[in-house]
Order: sequence, then C-alpha cells, then structure tokens
Amino acid sequence: MPTLAAMFSPRSFASLTALAGALVISFTGCKKEGSNANADEIVIGEVAAMTGGTATFGTSSHAGTQMAIDEINAAGGLLGKKLKLITEDDQSKQGEAGTVAKKLISREKIVALLGEVASGRSLEMAPICQKAGIPMISPASTNPKVTETGDFIFRVCFIDPFQGTVMAKFAMSRGWKKVAILTDTKQDYSVGLAQFFKEYFAKNGGTITGEQSYGSGDKDFKAQLTAIKAGAPDAIFASGYYNETGLIAAQARELGITAPLLGGDGWDSPSLVEVAGKAIEGSFFSNHFSNEDQSPKIQEFVKKFQAKHGKTPDAMAALGYDSAMILADAMKRAGTTEGKALRDAIAATKDFDGITGKITLDEKRNANKSAVVLTIKDGKFSFVESLAP
Amino acid sequence: MKQYQSQLALIIALAVSLGVSLCSSSIDDYYLDIMLNVGINVLLAVSLNLVNGHTGQFSLGHAAFMAVGAYGSSIVTLEMGAAMIHVFGGHGWFAEGLTFLIALSIGGLCAAICGWMVGVPSLRLRGDYLAIVTLGFNEIIRVVLQNTSGDGPFGGALGLKGIEPYTNFFWVFATAAIAIYTISALVNSTYGRGFLAVRDDEIAGESMGVNTVRYKVIAFVTGSFFAGLAGGLYAHLRTTISPEGFNFLKSVDVVVMVILGGMGSTVGVILAAVVLTVLNEFLRDFEQYRMIVFSLLLIVMMIVRPQGLLPATVFQRRKQA
Repeated sequence: MPTLAAMFSPRSFASLTALAGALVISFTGCKKEGSNANADEIVIGEVAAMTGGTATFGTSSHAGTQMAIDEINAAGGLLGKKLKLITEDDQSKQGEAGTVAKKLISREKIVALLGEVASGRSLEMAPICQKAGIPMISPASTNPKVTETGDFIFRVCFIDPFQGTVMAKFAMSRGWKKVAILTDTKQDYSVGLAQFFKEYFAKNGGTITGEQSYGSGDKDFKAQLTAIKAGAPDAIFASGYYNETGLIAAQARELGITAPLLGGDGWDSPSLVEVAGKAIEGSFFSNHFSNEDQSPKIQEFVKKFQAKHGKTPDAMAALGYDSAMILADAMKRAGTTEGKALRDAIAATKDFDGITGKITLDEKRNANKSAVVLTIKDGKFSFVESLAP
Repeated sequence: MKQYQSQLALIIALAVSLGVSLCSSSIDDYYLDIMLNVGINVLLAVSLNLVNGHTGQFSLGHAAFMAVGAYGSSIVTLEMGAAMIHVFGGHGWFAEGLTFLIALSIGGLCAAICGWMVGVPSLRLRGDYLAIVTLGFNEIIRVVLQNTSGDGPFGGALGLKGIEPYTNFFWVFATAAIAIYTISALVNSTYGRGFLAVRDDEIAGESMGVNTVRYKVIAFVTGSFFAGLAGGLYAHLRTTISPEGFNFLKSVDVVVMVILGGMGSTVGVILAAVVLTVLNEFLRDFEQYRMIVFSLLLIVMMIVRPQGLLPATVFQRRKQA
C-alpha cells in the first residue's frame, strides 16, 4: 500500500497539482455565461491607463469620454437606449491592455472600444478588436501602425508624421535654419516625430546640427545637452514626453542654452511647467487643441469641463470627448450597434464638428484635421497659431 | 508502477492539455486569456525557482531571458514562418505546429546561450553581486532592443507586431508540464543534490567535491531556457511585443512569485504563480486601489508566512515521517 509519504513525493505531487490546477481552472472557465448587459443599455468599453507611468493621459481622456457619454444620456440617450461606459485600467503596463480588451469584449459584450492613448498598448488591443469585429477608436495613439492593423481600427487624432512635419514647418516659418534633435529612444512616439521632423526639415533646406538620445526615466541630460550646445542650434526639437522634457529644459538653461525647445503633444501636461518652471518659457509644441481658442464650441466645452472637474481640460480630455462623440454620431447614422454597420458608419465620418477641429476620417481610418501650435507663457500654455495639414 | 508515477503524471498532463485545447473555442476568451497567463507565469516562476530557490542564487534578470526567447521566436516566425509552413506542406495544424515548435526551440536556445554567457563569468560572484549583474543584464537587453532601428528585425522601441497567434492552451500547459517535470526530476535526482548543496552551504559542498560553479551554470542555463520558452509563448499570445514589456518590474513580478510560494518548493511556486495571476484579475474591481491592495496582501503574507505559501520543508518532513 502506498504510504502517505510516497504519495507526497515532491515530484509526483508537483505534476499532479499542476494537472489538477489546470483542470479546475479550465472547468470554471468552460461555462459560458450570458451577457449581463441590460437590454435597454448600449455598453461601450474603454481602456485607459488610470494608474502607472502615463496615468495623467489616461485619467484625462477618461474624464472627457465620460463627460461625452453623460451628455448623450442626459439628452435622452441613443437609439432609444442609454449608453453605459465600462472603463478598465491597464496600469500603463504591457500585456494588461490585451487582457482587459478581451475581458470587455467577451464578458461585458461591448459594442465598441475606446482607447488607448499610448500607441504600444493600442497595438495590443487592435488585433483583438479586429478579430472580434468590434470597432475600436483610439483617442490619441499617433503612431501610423495602429490603424494599419485592420479596417475596424480608427483614431481621432492626427498621426506622428503630421506632428513632426508641422513642427518642422513652424521652425521654418520662424526662420530657424539650424535645429538639434533630442529623442527619447524608449518611446516610439518620440522616435517617429523626430524622424518626420528631420525628413521635412532637411528636405526644405534646414540643417540638423546634432542628434542626441536618452531613455524615459533618465534624470540627467547634461552630456547630451553639452554636445547639442556645441552645434549652436537655433532651436532644439525635443520630442519626448513631459516628465523628461521638463528636466531637459531646466538643465539646458543651466548650461546656458537659450534656444527654444520644440515638441509634440507629449508635452501636454501641467507637470511640464511644474518641473521646468521658468526654463520652459518661450518654447513651442504642437497639440490637438487649445483651451484658449475663442471659438464658442470650445469655450462651452471648457466651461462644462471646469464645472465638472474643477480644472481646464487638456488635449487628451478633448480627444476622449471627441472619440465618444464620433462613435455616438456613427451609431445614430447607422441606426444599429451591430459591428459591421457601425464600422461602416464610423468610416464615413466626414466634417464632424469636434472640439479638436473638423474631423474627417480618411481611407486609412486616420483623422484629417489641423494642429495648433502652443507656447508656454507665464507658466501657461498659450495659443500661437493653427496649422492645416 | 510507483517508479513511473511522475512520468505518468507528465503524460496525463500533456494529454489533458491537448484535450482542453481542442475544446478551447468553447471557452470564454477572457478566461482563456487568464489561463494562458497563468500557464506562462507558472513556467516563468518554476524556471526561476531552479536558480533562486533550489540553487540559492539571486537572479533579478529573468525578464531578459524571456525577452531573448520572445524576440528570437518571433523573428523566426515573422521572417521565416511563411517559408517554413510552405516546406512542411502548407497551412494546417501540422505545419503551423512544427513551425511554432521550431521557433519556440530557437527562442529557448537563444535564451539558454545568453544564460550561459552571463552565467559563466558572473556565477563566480555571490549573493548581492550576482543580483546586480543579472539586473544589469536585464537593462542591457532592454536598452539594446530599444535602440535598434524601427525598420530592422527587432523593431526598435515599438517592438514587433503582427506575430502569428500560435499560442494556445496545449502549447502553454504542455511546456509548463515539461518544465515542471524536468526541473523536479533534475533537482530530485542524485545528481541534483548538488544544487541543494550549493544553496545550503557552498563551502562545505565544494570541500566535498561538488563543482559548485558547474551546478550554478547548469541551473542558470536551464532556467534561462524555460524563460525563453515562456517569452516565445507570450509573444505568440499577445501578437505584439516591445522592449518595455520586459523591464526590471517584470523580473520582480517573477521573483515575488518565487518568494511568495516558498523558495525551492515547486508546488508552492506554482501555487503562487496561479494565485498572483488570478488575484490580479479579481482585484480589477478595486480600480485605482488595486496596487495598494496587492501590496498590502504581500506585506501581510511576509509577516504571517515568511517561509512562503507552501515551503519545501513541509514535504521533506512528511517524507521522513
């Protein structure tokens, strides 16, 4: 008779436990539950980085999206039903976005997915939505590859080539002929912007005086900045995100570099000014939207957002709002929430009057619209000009 | 019969995972995803346990070997997958399976080679120093991958996308079962006592004629190989990978599983990998408080059960009884 001890030899026990574990999990998983969606609700999923490294983007875009949904519901809903937004946090982590996208699709039975801000995480969700036939609208993933995944994937922001080109155009218009480039090689976003900036700038007679790189999370940029200083550029194109850009600006001024910094929408956070203080004054960046724009539609949005959240909306909030509004508009036109018909309706979006401009979705499912250039003045972002594509 | 118990268990595990895999289309996508995550984490934790638990070395770079395996196997399927499927007789489960097997093996071998290259010089170091070297290696792999060209085979900071979704229930759990079997068999063999000797008292072991460096290298290479397989499975599950996904925090996640489960206890480590992965999903309802709850649970665990969920000694004591 096998003794208890023999039964518990670590080897066999290990294999058996693994087996039992796999079985238990698979049986709990095997039962397919029905949707818990209410028949008079349209369920829309949202994936955002509510915690972790890019949480300011996630919380902002979520605030905008939620506001749009609330407004639609207050106005009586859509197709005779109320909208329900289910938001999942991906902790700014790789791998999480894919899991939560699957959760929203298979457990919550969403009809469309809004999100993510970061391109890397949107790329993770895109194949899942494409395969499930669920339209996905990214509010702010600017990398071209995102919508290339398939015909169910859209975005309401412009793409990296456009932002890089806009800033190159802007530098040209200011008469800056010599520009140094400082890239965050850990962020594909930053690399993409720099690449398109360089292409346009060099083609139109500008000179790149030096190219330096760093990685997100770095704190000391003096080595790169010293090398940049040697080239005496008229401006520095720093296409990274706000955390590092703030430090870069401060350290550049310490080293006596007076050239303005140029950047993209990754700068758009109050933290930029908090970190850099006076050092960032007079620098420029391209963005999706300016809350100083005096058009009545934007001012009304700013007022409503302020009343609700007690702060002025940033571009991510405006894009989140627009992504939900475009989806709602498409649902209204399609008259249904069925995936294929909804997809066709979203693809047909033309001259949609959004907060971030007149949005037309082109055949590559990218938004075609203008960008604004902002500067930092007295610690505030102020509107300089609007540049058309 | 008794002497073949573990082999039998392995065969049953393989058969069951194949069986479940065949009916996986009827499993909810989300649950299936969690199960596959569990399987991959079990594989990672068990392989790290050989190094950190059984052999008593402190490696903090497991994610690096996972990255090597993920990139190695993805590049094989992306660059040569179509040609290989053609050679093996066109699309179908056989050709795709064989292609994936080859890709996974290449990924695993690349990771093992890296494990050997890092292991041979650095395993002469002890304790904290080894931790620093492996941590450094983790960063080196990540930074090198990040700085590759965006158009090259490594895809730069955005990584690789469009990887074929070959990973299914069978591949994950078959690999995990083989890893558990191999590592348990290795550690519980006469030869494998050397690993425990290195952990328990390196100087005494050495003076008794145990080649400690050799044992450490073997543990390291085997652990890296299985981490590489886990990376390959992860890549073909997520269909997109980027260097940022294999950062230091990923390594820490695996270390936490090993410590929580009980260093050197295979069953405990498997349990911890399952619990931590599933817990992460249950805590979604806590939203922004999730990480706080998660950390609190770990702290409570450390106070209440510093030896881990199921420490190895439990089984040893039972055996003597």
